Amino acid sequence: MFEGKKVIAIGERDGVPGPVIAECLEQLGAEVVFQATECFV
Amino acid sequence: MAVVKAAAYILAHAPDLVRYGSKPWREIAQNPALGERLRSHLRPFEAAAAYPPNQVFVGNLRPDALHEVPEPWYAHPVPEAGPHGRFGGLLPQPALYRALKRADQFDLIGLDTRWLADLPGGEGVRGWPADRIAQAVAAEQALPLYDGPQQVGCIRPAHEQDESLTAQVLLENFAAKATGAFALEALLAQTGLEPAAVEYILSCSEEAVGDRYNRGGGNLAKAIGELTGCGRATGSDVKAFCAAPIYALVHAAALVEARVFQRIAVVGGGSLAKLGMKFLGHLDRGMPVLEDVLGGMAFLVAPDDGQAPRIRLDAVGKHDIAAGSAPQAIMEALVARPLEQLGMKLCDVGKYAAELHNPEVTVPSGSGNVPRTNYRMIAALAVLRREIGPRDMEDFIRARGMPGYAPTQGHIPAGVPFVGHALAMMAAGELDRAMFIAKGSLFLGRMTQLSDGLSFLLERP
Amino acid sequence: MDLENQATIKRLAEEHGAEHLVVVLGATEAEGLELAAETVTAGDPSYAGPLAGVSLRLPVYHILEPEVTEGLPAELVEEKLGMMAMVADVGRISEVLTRRRQALMTA
Repeated sequence: MFEGKKVIAIGERDGVPGPVIAECLEQLGAEVVFQATECFV
Repeated sequence: MAVVKAAAYILAHAPDLVRYGSKPWREIAQNPALGERLRSHLRPFEAAAAYPPNQVFVGNLRPDALHEVPEPWYAHPVPEAGPHGRFGGLLPQPALYRALKRADQFDLIGLDTRWLADLPGGEGVRGWPADRIAQAVAAEQALPLYDGPQQVGCIRPAHEQDESLTAQVLLENFAAKATGAFALEALLAQTGLEPAAVEYILSCSEEAVGDRYNRGGGNLAKAIGELTGCGRATGSDVKAFCAAPIYALVHAAALVEARVFQRIAVVGGGSLAKLGMKFLGHLDRGMPVLEDVLGGMAFLVAPDDGQAPRIRLDAVGKHDIAAGSAPQAIMEALVARPLEQLGMKLCDVGKYAAELHNPEVTVPSGSGNVPRTNYRMIAALAVLRREIGPRDMEDFIRARGMPGYAPTQGHIPAGVPFVGHALAMMAAGELDRAMFIAKGSLFLGRMTQLSDGLSFLLERP
Repeated sequence: MDLENQATIKRLAEEHGAEHLVVVLGATEAEGLELAAETVTAGDPSYAGPLAGVSLRLPVYHILEPEVTEGLPAELVEEKLGMMAMVADVGRISEVLTRRRQALMTA
């Protein structure tokens, strides 16, 4: 489902951060075109 | 071993500085009508003082007492609450302005002579005439300072072309200096320690003091020490985003244990930039703007006296650079590994103090209940390590966690607001061991994608 | 959602074409997620950011949803996501985002 897709990964500090989302999606064959981690506090 | 002898906490009510917080400042610039809406949702000092989380912060209520306060907390003020706290107290805005001026050695802040004349304690402060203030605001890029609808002063830039010395940056720095000094004074008053007995000061505040050639150059610690009369101390700053207070306490304990210095004050001043950070959520829900206080805290670290709780330097939890940013990896590094080193389990810790942001501030803007999420992570870790069953998570959290109660001032909520309560509970024999945990969002500065965190254990002797 | 991130997403949609993009989120609070999901589908509901009034209609998932985790090696899920799957209310998250994706299909 994600293979060949371009993925935007928006993580969160107290949830799952951007780099972890990016790592997982690359495993699924997606190209991560942007990843960020938000911090709400 | 080094011990924590005392902890002091203050809150300075700053409703008319909320407009200079980063978020309100940007939002009001785009939509000036928001300024009036913001002003109509500000609280009087008495309401901020009686606000249950604030009463917990200054030590008059235990954190767990918040379980018994009905929500919304802002609608249930603590009866007969005053500004005095067991650990420090709350200051009204005029006292904060006076302190800002007292912290200013370069005549950058001008308070109206006539306003000062009517102010209790204002007589010793040299004011500016009203026309001087008006001129600075009109022609010198000074920021006006208000007390309610009345303009009572201003702060001017220190250099025409220096972006590190604009009025707004200087106001942030003075706010951290003045509130840090209040907290240090409260610490000295509480312990009866002479200012001259302090040997070293570590500041863990979040501002960036410096000029265009050395933005963030720092050493606010020494400036705070000077203001507090600690003439025999020197100091330096510890910078590590919101985790800085934990780093500073560990550094202080190490310096004491290595006999470099014997009496060290760790001090953190408030964060002006974070005032009103979630104000849009509060306005939308018809709530008072709750981020109207600057926090300040100070801790005294000294050699083991056989009575005060010890910082276990043999089990500092650290997040290694190569550990990655997965929450599991962070929590294992900060919580499980240090306990393992001591042959302990997660259930051997009576209270965990992690990210104590007041949820009533964050939930209305969709930012969630930060302490609750962190406690769920610790409980999940206990499940993964087969110390408790999945159904025991809620009991674990209720017993070993606590509701968040700290103002959303970055480094201020970083676990350490509980140090004062932990000292009191340990002295009363109600608690043997507490773990303090803070995380830092290093990626906010764009120098790395890394997360960060540090933890330490505090133990009753 | 952070205004800088909104600006980046808008630029990426112009650059790559919205039909090639998927957004994957990591926050665990359902309410905040709903706002983020709305931002990248219908537009910024707070009207504060660059995506205010911009309907990108990007498919949006959460990293903990089965649609994502099913294809991943079990060890990776366990190591990187296992704890957060216990912390977050994955059922509620999935409900919120499934509703959002279905709205994209029917509208």
